[in-house]
Amino acid sequence: MGVSRRGFTAASAAGGILAASGLMRVSDAIAQGIAPRRGGTLTSLLTPEPPILQIGVNNQGPTLIAASKMFQGLVKFSPTLEPLPELAQSWTISPDGKVYTFKLQPNVKFHDGSPMTAEDVIFSITKFHFELSPRVRAIFSTIESATAPDPLTVVFTLKQAFEPFLLAFDATASAIVPKAAFDGKDFRTAPAVQHPIGTGPFKFAEWQRGNFIRLERFDDYWKPNQPYLDAIIYRIVPDSQSRRLAMETGQAILAQSNDIEPFDVPALRAQPNLEVKTAGWEYFSPLCWLEINHRTPPLNDVRVRRALSHAIDRNFITQRLWFGLNKPASSPVASTTKFFDPSVKLPAYDPRAAMQLLDAAGLRPNAQGVRATIKHLVLPYGEVWSRLGEYLRQSLRAVGIDLVLESTDPGGWARRTGSWEYETTINFVYQFGDPTLGVERTYVSTNIQKVTFTNTGGYANPKVDELFATARTASAASARAAAFSEVQKLLVEDMAQVWLMEMTFPTIHDKKLHNVITGGTGVHASFDDMFLAS
Amino acid sequence: MDPSRLPAFLLRRVIKAAIVILAIIVCNFFLIHAAPGDPASVMAGQSGAADERYLAQLRTQFGLDKPLLEQLWIYVRGMLALDLGYSHRQQMGVAALIWQRLPPTLLLTGASFALAIAGGVTLGALAARRVGTWADSAITVVALTFYATPIFWVGLMLVLLFSVLLGWLPSFGMTSVGAGFEGWAAVRDVGQHLILPAVTLGLFYVAVYARLTRATMLEVADQDFVKTARAKGVPEGRILRRHVLRNALLPVITLAGIQAGQLIGGSILVETVFAWPGIGRLAFEALLARDYPVLLGVFFCTSAMVVIFNLFTDLLYAMVDPRVEVQG
Repeated sequence: MGVSRRGFTAASAAGGILAASGLMRVSDAIAQGIAPRRGGTLTSLLTPEPPILQIGVNNQGPTLIAASKMFQGLVKFSPTLEPLPELAQSWTISPDGKVYTFKLQPNVKFHDGSPMTAEDVIFSITKFHFELSPRVRAIFSTIESATAPDPLTVVFTLKQAFEPFLLAFDATASAIVPKAAFDGKDFRTAPAVQHPIGTGPFKFAEWQRGNFIRLERFDDYWKPNQPYLDAIIYRIVPDSQSRRLAMETGQAILAQSNDIEPFDVPALRAQPNLEVKTAGWEYFSPLCWLEINHRTPPLNDVRVRRALSHAIDRNFITQRLWFGLNKPASSPVASTTKFFDPSVKLPAYDPRAAMQLLDAAGLRPNAQGVRATIKHLVLPYGEVWSRLGEYLRQSLRAVGIDLVLESTDPGGWARRTGSWEYETTINFVYQFGDPTLGVERTYVSTNIQKVTFTNTGGYANPKVDELFATARTASAASARAAAFSEVQKLLVEDMAQVWLMEMTFPTIHDKKLHNVITGGTGVHASFDDMFLAS
Repeated sequence: MDPSRLPAFLLRRVIKAAIVILAIIVCNFFLIHAAPGDPASVMAGQSGAADERYLAQLRTQFGLDKPLLEQLWIYVRGMLALDLGYSHRQQMGVAALIWQRLPPTLLLTGASFALAIAGGVTLGALAARRVGTWADSAITVVALTFYATPIFWVGLMLVLLFSVLLGWLPSFGMTSVGAGFEGWAAVRDVGQHLILPAVTLGLFYVAVYARLTRATMLEVADQDFVKTARAKGVPEGRILRRHVLRNALLPVITLAGIQAGQLIGGSILVETVFAWPGIGRLAFEALLARDYPVLLGVFFCTSAMVVIFNLFTDLLYAMVDPRVEVQG
């Protein structure tokens, strides 16, 4: 990670870096001995069906996957999360870290033929996404002023230095939308929401709900001769076994995210024409934990929380339930997120140590060997999460804790975690490349809210609050690194949550499809360099 | 039936039906709101990040910040004006959403309904005629098997056989997307996609109708008027058609009426397994997303359909069996 962090700051300090995407594409292809070929249609799966395809109005996973072909951000990310030029050709950052100046790509057109200018960028950032997206609102509220000295230059002046600022500028976070389509209208009900207009290599063509979404090549795309594909079709197949079948029979040639259940992955991996990749989730780096409601005894006792960590075999979970797609967590920060501290270690699998801790906490086994009964709200996101619930019940029973599983549906889960009505559950959140963006929210006491994905567990430690605040505002990466290292140690000492695993999702594709995963957001890339070999 | 009494009968039934449907709307409304969570919390849960402002914005937009009774009044008022409401989650009118999904569902359920009636009554009549022979036993065993087998399993096995092993039929979807078929080629394409889901959905009812037809035909065949007909020297085939089958059809019509009322509801299971873009899936996904207006809209359509088909069935009784009198 040290290397990537240096790369990140060096690139920023140098004032942006050369457009490497074209070079990477060619070199990739040369390495494989195959030249990009024009033509062909990509048929992909998409699960579940998105309600809307306008990024911002809806930011659900499937929405981001499909809409990122139609919309682009100012930057995109390398696998190590260095920002690379997309709609911004280059950028400079003032030495005090407060002024960001973006030079935009010339000749960029929206799908309706109008040119993209600095006005569209300023509108998208300071109005559209600021209004709609809770995720970037917190980041963009640091912007003091946004100006356009000329149509291809945008200057953001921040109230104070904010080192992870550039991480909020990719297509999934703040896609550029045409100002004319939204300004003065209700953003959520504007006509463009049903017929998205972006700058991406593919434009919206047709959506038969419950059936498929079809995107067509945008002929006026700003990169000459790209994209290579003629069309992308996202097929909506609600049953996981039918999806697996679609991949096996070639009716679909790309599956991603939750399309394929982990236990079906080994069978697809064995198929000679298919390739399985787990790269491409570095930006999101979902980290999964057993979520503790700190208001519930005996879970408010740190010894009990440590005992839970000792009682769980993370290797079993990642190898037997997720078939090696995930890896055991070792810290509250994922190893693919910046400022991960590799020296931090979680209490390892050791049932005897767990029982000793429970003894010390005064939880003695009764006649049935039960020390405590804890409720567990199973995450209702599919079969594999039910299996995880069953594994946890079994392994906690081995140290004398009776885990009572409760089931619900996604709406019920969101409602109950959002209103703190649970004892334990499973949760995972995206980290967005930087602990300030994706980790802080779960642990600072100022974010204890009755809303999902805030600090719903109610963990509070003034020292942790202070360290996160320091890391948020420090302009030097080194100062931030020090604060994040300390906070990781503190959180593990407190066992604020029982972290289980770093997640990735399998991307499965036909081998004749090239350039599927090229950066840190994986299948959320624009696919302008993807091609089908004949 | 006296034809002059028909208008009064219809009027009474329509008024009753309207009251029933209104009661159903109100019950559904409270039932749906009793489920934990609301569309705003679901959307917050799905977008991976949220704050209180976001939730408040959504709830205001969805009209969820108003008292429940006021929400009910707004909804009922809309329904009286035949306005099914608006899905803020999908930013589309509910009527448009349902309208998109209705044709695939009617095609699927209509095809399986026709298959079930035709196949079931034929098999049942055949079994009744050859009662006690190997043909009767074979039909009974097959019918029992389909009756007892879970529908999704039948679907998966059919897919395994006809799509994976034989490669004759597509395993999911309603059309070959992007193939650009037109005219008869497009009809043929949809037809090929239709076979597996329609058969899967229909087999259960084939079994039901076959068993029902067989049982009632055997019952009727023992009655005096059949013996009389036979004594008169009426040919056996004619006895079976005119005397036995016609009298045995009443329970079949009752059941068909019930099944027809459910046609519009589609089948969540079959639509899911075969990725058929029908209304059952729309309702199921709306339930998961707590998309209240869509769910209520689908409920309204299904309940209206049930009421209409009940009325229709009552009229049909009178046609098939003149002894039956329609009564309000």
